Amino acid sequence: MILSKIYKNTLLILAACLVLTACATKKEVTTTAPDISGQMQGDTYTGTDTVKYLADGVPDRVFFATNESILTTASRETLRAQAAWLRKNSNINVVIEGHADERGTREYNLALGERRANSAKDYLMTYGISSDRLSVLSYGKERPVDAGSTPLAWSKNRRSVTVKAN
Amino acid sequence: MKKYFIILLLVVLIPIKAYALIEVDITRGNLNPLPLAVSPLSIDDQSRKSFEKILKKENIGSEISSIVENNLRTSGLFNPLSKDAFLQAPDIANLKPRFEDWNLIKAQALITGKVTYVDEKLRVEFRLWDILAAKEMMALAFTTVPNNWRRVGHIISDKVYERLTGEKGYFDTRVIYVAEEGPKTQRKKRLAIMDQDGANNKFLTLGNELVLTPRFNPTSQMVTYLSYFKNLPRVYLLDIETGTQEVVGDFPGMTFAPRFSPDGKKIIMSFAKDGKSDIYTMDLENRLVERITNHPSIDTSPSYSPNGKFIAFNSDRSGYQQIYIMKSDGSNVKRISFGNGIYGTPVWSPRGDLIAFTKLHKGKFYIGVMRTDGKGERLLTENYYQEAPSWSPNGRVLIFYRETKTNAKGEGFSAKLWSIDLTGYNERLVQTQTDASDPSWSSLLSN
Repeated sequence: MILSKIYKNTLLILAACLVLTACATKKEVTTTAPDISGQMQGDTYTGTDTVKYLADGVPDRVFFATNESILTTASRETLRAQAAWLRKNSNINVVIEGHADERGTREYNLALGERRANSAKDYLMTYGISSDRLSVLSYGKERPVDAGSTPLAWSKNRRSVTVKAN
Repeated sequence: MKKYFIILLLVVLIPIKAYALIEVDITRGNLNPLPLAVSPLSIDDQSRKSFEKILKKENIGSEISSIVENNLRTSGLFNPLSKDAFLQAPDIANLKPRFEDWNLIKAQALITGKVTYVDEKLRVEFRLWDILAAKEMMALAFTTVPNNWRRVGHIISDKVYERLTGEKGYFDTRVIYVAEEGPKTQRKKRLAIMDQDGANNKFLTLGNELVLTPRFNPTSQMVTYLSYFKNLPRVYLLDIETGTQEVVGDFPGMTFAPRFSPDGKKIIMSFAKDGKSDIYTMDLENRLVERITNHPSIDTSPSYSPNGKFIAFNSDRSGYQQIYIMKSDGSNVKRISFGNGIYGTPVWSPRGDLIAFTKLHKGKFYIGVMRTDGKGERLLTENYYQEAPSWSPNGRVLIFYRETKTNAKGEGFSAKLWSIDLTGYNERLVQTQTDASDPSWSSLLSN
């Protein structure tokens, strides 16, 4: 864009006092009440609403506490079932998708999803599954299963899901 | 004595309603926007007809003036007065304004001008007048292709803003963002670009794959972003003019959170592997990759200081997401956020003195700013969910996105762009064609 200044006349001072007072908005903060649904332990989801099955008795997903990638006892049990199923079906490779809830910044959640998926992957590897058969894919908070804005919905979304790759 | 008499006489002749028309638009807080009058650009009959043919606009003079008016109003610093109150017609462009008349409607500044069609070009002359001092403050003229008429309005706005505030404007700019559609569980996302005021919206990708976090380079011709093309989340580089895209680097895993260095020569980003994310740079000329952090934690959302000497980022190495700064080679890592809650998405102000961030505390999200040593934290806005501030090129305004809470059935989700002044005043919804997130503000296009 060419901006040619042809002439600039008297530049006199205008009494335009645009004083921007620095001022922070100070507001009350409220705490969200914990959801008592019987489907959570702490804030980890323990229900089965969203769970699909890779085979009979082999749930496809495990759930995590807020900001956590540690596997619960129930998660380890699920992953052992997945490992057994993978050992039996040595022609099947899987993608482990890692997810986060909507209560975190997008980029951090991408990393958190990757960390959760790796947590599941590492456990499968300790039960004899070769890393060649396991890949990870983080979706961060991009693919929630539950569109809700409740602690229960968030707990369903904090998950890693094992999906057949071929 | 005689002068007083004339003024008095004028007062008597003015219809009473002229007083009632002065409205001070205080959008938030107690700022007093400067009342000013934007007289529609005067246009001769011949030029009007020519522009009507080319641009399909009945009166391009009025259209350009509307852009100026809208820009100045949304800045929150000016209060453009209603045209109904104007006592002088647009043809004052050829004369000297009757200052008393403008004074009567309490305008403190006046913009006049004219637009003509010369040699297939659009030529604009405009003047800024100080009403109280009865003086001309600025007179400028420029010529461009008719299709650039909206940018003419933005450039006039920038010049007026600069003359009256002493700071560069931010109107002749664009915003790149992610356009969102569809249900929350299966959002379709496309890269989109628009003028700062929402006009000239254009989609840059088709929506076949998930795209996130686009950011401009310093000249605003290139964009770096995250794409899930072939289900491989990688940082990409896009040339806006040619549409050419390429993957940045050859990493055996997810790369994300990209931004340009201030000289535009490098891309800084995170690379996630085996549950940890570290910060890397890639030189766009020689393709050399350099590792900047090496820690078992999640290190992401890097942003350079304007002089390129420092990097701000967020890391959970202390247990929770907090903001750190380090030298650009990765040395001297220092945590700077120590308030209650978790802190993320640090973005260095173009002036270099502040870092904008997102904060989560007791279930609420805040956009705030702090000094680069972490002191002087100010929270500008609180909401259910909001993040990802991006600075206007003059460092006065932040644009960010906000998501709504859904109802018990999981309905009512939306994502929108908002802007707020650094002061915490003048919070505004930025109009977009679709839902929108991840905004990035360009540099000034005309400088």
